[in-house]
Amino acid sequence: MSATPSEALTGAQSLVRSLESVGCEVMFGIPGGAILPAYDPIFDSTKLRHILVRHEQGAGHAAEGYAQATGRVGVCMATSGPGATNLVTPIADAYMDSVPMVAITGQVPSAAIGTDAFQEADICGITMPITKHNFLVQHVDDIPRTIAEAFHIASTGRPGPVLVDIPKDILQSAGAFSWPPVLDLPGYHPTTRPHAKQVREAARLIAEAKRPVLYVGGGVLKARAAAELRVLAELTGIPVVTTLMARGAFPDSHPQHLGMPGMHGSVAAVTSLQKSDLLICLGARFDDRVTGKLSTFAPGAKVIHADIDPAEISKNRTADVPIVGDCRETLADLVVAVQEVYAAGTRADITAWWKQLDGYRTTYPRGYDWPEDGQLAPQYVIERIGKIAGPDAIYASGVGQHQMWAAQFIDYENPYTWLNSGGAGTMGYAVPAAMGAKVGRPDTTVWAIDGDGCFQMTNQELVTCAIEGIPIKVAIINNGNLGMVRQWQTLFYEGRYSNTGLNTHSNARRLPDFVKLADAMGCMGLRCESRDEVDATIEKAMAINDMPVVIDFVVGEDAMVWPMVPAGTSNDEILAARDTRPVFGEDQV
Amino acid sequence: MSTRHTLSVLVEDKPGVLARVAALFSRRGFNIESLAVGPTEHSTVSRMTIVVTVDDLPLEQVTKQLNKLINVLKIVELDPEASVQRELLLVKVKADLTNRSHVLETVQLFRAKVVDVATDAVTIEATGTADKLAALIKVLEPFGIRELVQSGMVAVGRGSRSMTGTEARLRSA
Repeated sequence: MSATPSEALTGAQSLVRSLESVGCEVMFGIPGGAILPAYDPIFDSTKLRHILVRHEQGAGHAAEGYAQATGRVGVCMATSGPGATNLVTPIADAYMDSVPMVAITGQVPSAAIGTDAFQEADICGITMPITKHNFLVQHVDDIPRTIAEAFHIASTGRPGPVLVDIPKDILQSAGAFSWPPVLDLPGYHPTTRPHAKQVREAARLIAEAKRPVLYVGGGVLKARAAAELRVLAELTGIPVVTTLMARGAFPDSHPQHLGMPGMHGSVAAVTSLQKSDLLICLGARFDDRVTGKLSTFAPGAKVIHADIDPAEISKNRTADVPIVGDCRETLADLVVAVQEVYAAGTRADITAWWKQLDGYRTTYPRGYDWPEDGQLAPQYVIERIGKIAGPDAIYASGVGQHQMWAAQFIDYENPYTWLNSGGAGTMGYAVPAAMGAKVGRPDTTVWAIDGDGCFQMTNQELVTCAIEGIPIKVAIINNGNLGMVRQWQTLFYEGRYSNTGLNTHSNARRLPDFVKLADAMGCMGLRCESRDEVDATIEKAMAINDMPVVIDFVVGEDAMVWPMVPAGTSNDEILAARDTRPVFGEDQV
Repeated sequence: MSTRHTLSVLVEDKPGVLARVAALFSRRGFNIESLAVGPTEHSTVSRMTIVVTVDDLPLEQVTKQLNKLINVLKIVELDPEASVQRELLLVKVKADLTNRSHVLETVQLFRAKVVDVATDAVTIEATGTADKLAALIKVLEPFGIRELVQSGMVAVGRGSRSMTGTEARLRSA
């Protein structure tokens, strides 16, 4: 494609034209002094929808939700100083979860940089460790190239956030615009093609393994490789576990799916890794929440580790067969290579392995107890939302108990239907992420499964939703507490509930009253406190599509998330329920 | 086992690159022993020579993390046996009439040179390996060291091969 003839534009016009040209249709942001010049051409743009949020953190998480739901780059914008620093949390979140995002910030005029000017912050310095890359634009003519490079870096290789900081004088000055610009990234060449020899070696191990497990991470979703994963899984018959970041990459209803591994994973999934002789790790990173105490993780397993980021391979667990490449290409090549090994007559029998795993599944199924005080079981509420809204809806969660229950008790059948803050664990992610997802996929039902603590961090974006016509549905799993912290206090601090009570509950002052709060923000507010109202309330919310809906589900405060591997201990110490350790046969390795 | 490693890192000559590299070492928990930055034969490329004492496995990790920096073009670990490694030392030593000749004798022995002379002191310039410079400093210490400044190490592989190659090749590698 040859470049368009050069046009004389201001930096601000050039920025907006660049965003339009790179295919950005939606951005989330708030104007302010330094970024103000950019908002003038945004006012005129017919291709670019700018959604005015109520807090920059909301802009960042909305961009993440948009990106996670659509696979496209999410874009957020803020002014200098506090506007930019309010983006820090979502940028860090996007970095931990490899979300493609471009953040554009205004900066004080070039001549004022370094003088502690009004609303000055060195946002490039601040975000250096939490961005894939960042740019401080130093010349107006660099704007188109920088924006193109930012989108390219954010969306290719291992995706991640990129920040572009533009001083105000550069937005105001006259420059030249031409598209497409020539990218100048001599040090950036992500490896996408897996090495054939490594793939063959992996295929040999896969065919020979007697207790293999496909350990699937978010990289499979990033690579849009769910279909390829299913082909490999069904070809080999190997059990699959999907991490918190990969829920939906493999259908929960599939008989080969053992569930989620990790601190709150299913007994079958956690134990399959522990007893395995071969982990086929695809786009996952041996996070401490998955491995538990690393030195005792999967002690008998060889490791095939496929990831697009070479730095992930052998970072935490040494790989026997490292494969650097895009997960979709790797999976496609593995399918062919495994077929060849099978054709040559090598194929270990994994029937005994499945018998062992089915035993774990039968003995330790997913489940929960109803609270003894007669209150609503939070797990039941979440399970019913999943059943009524179904597998085509998108579910965004906050962080804590409700997040784990939403990962456990909703059946994910499709990729990109589960959005959460996995690596960073950012409370307050759910509402703005659901907003971003709904903007990206307006025809899909989007539920935010939130906690009463999380909801109070970012609920102001419901005003944005109400005004901009973004009818998301929010289920507040209101147990009146910072539930996960309280659970740890119950288990590890002798029930000393220091600073975890939030008074949002029916047994306290109900501050704030979430129904009134929803009403005040232009949303439909509903409350549900008993089991017999649950389905009717969810169905009522499902029927409202012209405004956001908030349901205050008042649930028991003593419910806990099980199973659990206590932090820092071995996965072998998994507790199926309080004081209940699974007993594994002595003869099993 | 911790060993000393010399990394030669070719980077784009852009603002902030040094901060990116230095910050990466500190946030991954590595101590830089010495760092030298300067131009190369290519105008758009700078070279950082980084000396770090670290186990082999973490070194692999930090090298991979360095490679992820967008402005980093190429990283080579230089084997001390197969490379020339030099540091520069400027040291101001007390040297009055009573001991000046002894000081100058030491300078000669180490093939160093005097680059500034005052009535009661001389400034000595020396280049060499870290070991050689350490030996020189030890010998000069009894005279009284008034001030000492030492550069980070720079190094280049022995033989005719170049790690930079042509600029075009480097930028497309």
